[in-house]
Amino acid sequence: MLIRESASKMAEALANKEVSAVELTNQHFEQIEAVDKDVHAFLYLDKEGAISQAADIDKRRAAGEKLSPLAGIPLALKDVLTQKGVPTTCGSKILAGWRPPYDATVVTKLKSAGVVILGKTNMDEFAMGSSTENSAYGPTHNPWDLSRIPGGSGGGSSAALAAFEAPLAIGTDTGGSIRQPAAVTGTVGVKPTYGGVSRYGLVAFSSSLDQAGPCARTVLDTALLHQVIAGFDPRDSTSINQAVPDVVAAAKKQNVAGMKIGIVKQLSGDGYQKGVENKFNEAISELVKLGAEIVEVSCPNFEYALAAYYLIAPSECSSNLARFDSIRFGLRVGDDGTHGAEEVMNLTRQAGFGREVKRRIILGTYALSSGYYDAYYGSAQKVRTLIKRDFEAAFEKCDVLVSPTAPTTAFKIGEKANDPLAMYLNDIATIPVNMAGIGGMSLPCGLADEDNLPVGFQIMSPAMKDERMYLVGGALEAALLAKWGKPILDFAPKLVGSK
Amino acid sequence: MSLNYEQVIEKYEPTLGLEVHVELNTKSKMFCGCATEFGAKPNTQTCPVCLGLPGALPVVNKKAIESTILIGLALNCSIAPYSRFARKNYFYPDMPKNFQTSQYDEPICVNGYLDVEIETDEGNKSFKIEIERVHMEEDTGKSLHVGGNTGRIHGADYSLLDYNRAGIPLVEIVTKVIPNTGKYAPQVARAYVAALRDILRGLQVSDVKMEQGSLRCDVNLSLSSIGSGKLGTRSETKNVNSLRSVERAVTGEMIRQASKLEQGERIIQETRHFLEESGQTRPGRSKEQAEDYRYFPEPDLVPVVPESKWIEELRKALPEKPADRRKRLQAAWAVPDKEMAAMVNAELLDTVEQTVLLGADATKARSWWLGEISRIANDRNVFPTDLISVKDVAEIIALISKGELTDKLARQVVEGVIAGEGTPTDVIGKRGLKVVSDDSQLMKSIEAAIAASPETAERVRGGNIPAAGALIGAVMKATGGQADAAKVRELLLKHLGQ
Repeated sequence: MLIRESASKMAEALANKEVSAVELTNQHFEQIEAVDKDVHAFLYLDKEGAISQAADIDKRRAAGEKLSPLAGIPLALKDVLTQKGVPTTCGSKILAGWRPPYDATVVTKLKSAGVVILGKTNMDEFAMGSSTENSAYGPTHNPWDLSRIPGGSGGGSSAALAAFEAPLAIGTDTGGSIRQPAAVTGTVGVKPTYGGVSRYGLVAFSSSLDQAGPCARTVLDTALLHQVIAGFDPRDSTSINQAVPDVVAAAKKQNVAGMKIGIVKQLSGDGYQKGVENKFNEAISELVKLGAEIVEVSCPNFEYALAAYYLIAPSECSSNLARFDSIRFGLRVGDDGTHGAEEVMNLTRQAGFGREVKRRIILGTYALSSGYYDAYYGSAQKVRTLIKRDFEAAFEKCDVLVSPTAPTTAFKIGEKANDPLAMYLNDIATIPVNMAGIGGMSLPCGLADEDNLPVGFQIMSPAMKDERMYLVGGALEAALLAKWGKPILDFAPKLVGSK
Repeated sequence: MSLNYEQVIEKYEPTLGLEVHVELNTKSKMFCGCATEFGAKPNTQTCPVCLGLPGALPVVNKKAIESTILIGLALNCSIAPYSRFARKNYFYPDMPKNFQTSQYDEPICVNGYLDVEIETDEGNKSFKIEIERVHMEEDTGKSLHVGGNTGRIHGADYSLLDYNRAGIPLVEIVTKVIPNTGKYAPQVARAYVAALRDILRGLQVSDVKMEQGSLRCDVNLSLSSIGSGKLGTRSETKNVNSLRSVERAVTGEMIRQASKLEQGERIIQETRHFLEESGQTRPGRSKEQAEDYRYFPEPDLVPVVPESKWIEELRKALPEKPADRRKRLQAAWAVPDKEMAAMVNAELLDTVEQTVLLGADATKARSWWLGEISRIANDRNVFPTDLISVKDVAEIIALISKGELTDKLARQVVEGVIAGEGTPTDVIGKRGLKVVSDDSQLMKSIEAAIAASPETAERVRGGNIPAAGALIGAVMKATGGQADAAKVRELLLKHLGQ
C-alpha cells in the first residue's frame, strides 16, 4: 500500500513501474470504501472515469511516452469546479443532478497532465462556511477526531488528504477555504495569487476573491500540483498573463538564510488559542535557527478586513447566485402548471438554498441597494484598498509575512453552527490575503498542547511571488519533520478500517 | 377630451430625450465566441458563457469595443481612458445570469453631439443634439409566450426561450435633454434617429434594420407650459421600431400628456409601449417603477483601457460623414435638392452609388431605382434590392447605353429578372428581347450618313420628307445594299424626329 506516501513518492513508484496507475487508483478507492462512511469527504466517486484514466496512463507509460510528473496520481476535486459529465453540486440542493457540459480550465489542465480524478469532495454550500457543516449533503468529519469539523469550505478536500483517501486535492479559497481546512487537518494548502489559476469553471461565490489552489500533504506535492494548474487562461479575463513562478524549485531549495520574515502584529493575541500561538512561535524559532531574520510589522487596517469581507463577498454572491433560477439547469420546484415563471423561480430558490446561502444573499442584496451602496459596498471597497496598502508597506520591509492560519484548532461539529459571527471569526487571519489578491499558504506547525490537534502556520507572499511561500514553507516543513521524527499525520489516531 | 396638435403646441413646450439601442454586427457575441447570425434555429448559437452556466466567465469582444469607440468618435464624443462594465441585477427567465452585463457610471464614450437638419415651411432648420453617453451591454434572450390572449408572459400557457440573442453586443446611445424643439419635436426626433442610422450604416458597425430590431429607440418626453420654465414629468416609450413610429410616438405622447394636463391630471413617470396600429402608447407594468438594479462593477471583467494610439488610428479610419457624403454625391451627380432628398428618404443612396460605381450613368441609375424598381417594390412591400441586384441593374443600364435595349425592352428585362428568370442576359435570350443587332448596325450607318450631309438632314427635320431619299441611298450604299430599305427609311425618319 502506497496511500500514506507523498504524491512525489507515488510518482517515483509509478515511474519505476513498482505499481501501476490502476493499482494506485484502486488502493485509494479501497481506502475510501473503508473510511469515507465515517469521514464523508466525498460527494461523488467517479470510479469508472478514474480507472479508465489510470489505465490510459499505464498504457502510455508502457509505450514509453514521456509523461508529466503527476501522471497517474489520484486527486480529489472540490465539488465547486465543473467536470464534464460528472455531477457538480457545490454542496447545494439547488444543483442536484446537474452534470456540466464542460470542464473547468483547472480540470482540463489536470486531465492533460494525466492526474486521475477520483471524485468530487464535500464543501460548505457554495463555499460559504468554515466547517463544511453547511453542505446540503451532511458534514465532513475531521480524520483527527470525527466529532470535529475539518474546516471549510473545502473540508472534504483536506479531510480526504488527512484520511489518505487521496494524496492531492483541489480547493478554492475565497476567505480561507483552502488554508483553514489545511490548518485544522494537518495538511498543506495554497491560495495562489489572484489570477494565477484560472477561475473558468469554478462556480463563483465571490468573483473578486475566489481562487482555486492546490492541496496536499507536503509542500513539494503542493508545488507540483500548483505547477500543473497555474497559468494564463484566455477564458478568464482576470487571469494574469505572466509566467508561473517556479514553485517546485522553490519548494526544493530549503534555504531561508537571510530572508526577512514579517510577523503581522494584528494577527495574534485576543481570540487566538494559547496552543496555537505556542506552536506558531516554535515554528518562528525554527526559522530563526535556519538563518531567517524576523521583523514585526503592523497592518492597522486588517482590523476592518472581516467587516469589509462580509460586505463584498455577500454582495457579489447575491448577484452570482441569481442564475440558480431553475430555468436552464438544476432543481425546479413548483412547475406543476399552477405557478408562473417568477413563482417557480422563487419556490426553487426557497427550497434549493440553505440558511447560510440565503443569509448572505439577503446581506448582499441589502448592501448593494440604492441608497446603501456607498455606505456599505463602497466603503468596503475603500477598506480593501487600505488593506492592499498595508500589505505593500509590509512587503517593503520583508519578503513574506506569517501568522497562525486559524485562531483555533478544529472545533466540535455543531459548536458554532448557530453563531454565524463566531464562525466568521475563524477566517480573521486568512481573509486579508483574499482582499489583497496575494498568495497564502498554510502548513502544519505542530499539535496544540490543549487538545493535540493540528495548528496551521500561514505564509503570505506578494502577488505573483508565490515561490516565496514555497521557499519558506519547504524549509520550515523539513526542519519540523526533523524535529518530530515523522510526518504530523502519523500522530493522528488511526481511522477504523484504514488500510 | 383630446386636444389636437395645434392646440398642444400653442400651450406646451416639449422636452425630448432619446435612447437608441443598436445591435452590433460583430461575428461573435459580446462575451463569448458564439455566432450572432439572425434567424438561426433556436438555441443553436449558445455556449456555457451566454447560457450563464455555473462557472462560465465572460471575455470582452475586442471588435465590439472597437465598434463602440467608432460610434463615439463619429458622434464627437470623448473616449474614456478607463471605463468599466457593471452588473444590472434583475430576474427574468430570458436573461441567463439574471443580471445584464452593461455599463453604468463609467461608460466608454461621453459628451458628444450630432447635428440634424429638418425641412420646414420656414426653410431648413438645424438642431444640435447633445449626446450624453454611448455604452456597451449585452442583449437578452427571447421569450415566446404561448397561449393566453395577450402574447405576454401573464396568462400564457407556457413560454419558450431562445438564447441565440443572449449576449449579442448592444450599444446604447443616450442623448442629453433636447430642449427648444417646439412644434418640431416629432420631426427632430425622427431626423435624429435617421441621422444616427446613417452614421451607423456608414461605419458598418450594425445592420441598422429597425424592422428586425437591430436598432430600437426609446422616447422620453415631458411637457411644460410655455413660459413656466418648469420641466414636466416624463414618460418613457419603449421599443419604437421605425422612423415613422418615432415621429408618431412623439406626437402621440405630446397629445396624450397635454390632454391629461388640460383635464388637471398629473403625468405619471412610467414606461409606456408604442402601439404601431393606433400610433398611441399604453402603460407598461407599473412594477418596473420600483426596480432597484443594484448596479456594481462587474468583477469578472477587467476595466476597458483603450490605448490612445488605437483611438487615434480609429479616428483616422472614420468614414466620410453622411452629410458630407451627400453633398459630395449631389455635386458629382448634379442632382437637384428635391431628388436628392427623395433618394435619401427612399434609403437608396447607397444602392444608386453602388450602381454608378459599376459604370452606370448616375441619372439613369437614379431613375431606374427610384422609378420602375421602387414602384414594384412598393407594391410588394419589399426593399428594391430584395428584388434585383445592383449588378443586374448596372448591366441593364449598360445595355441601354449601348443601344442594345430600349427603355421599353429594359422594363421587360427588369420584370423578367424580378420574376426569377435569371440574369439580364438570360431574360433577353429567353424572351427574345434584344434589339435586332442589324438595327444597331444600321443606326451606325444612318448616323454616318447624317454626319456626312448635315444640310440634308436638317431639311428632313424641317419636314421635307422626300429629301430623305438621298440619305437612304447613302446608307444602302454603305451597307452594300444588304439593308432593308423600308427599315432604313423607318429608322432614319424616326431618328430625325419624323
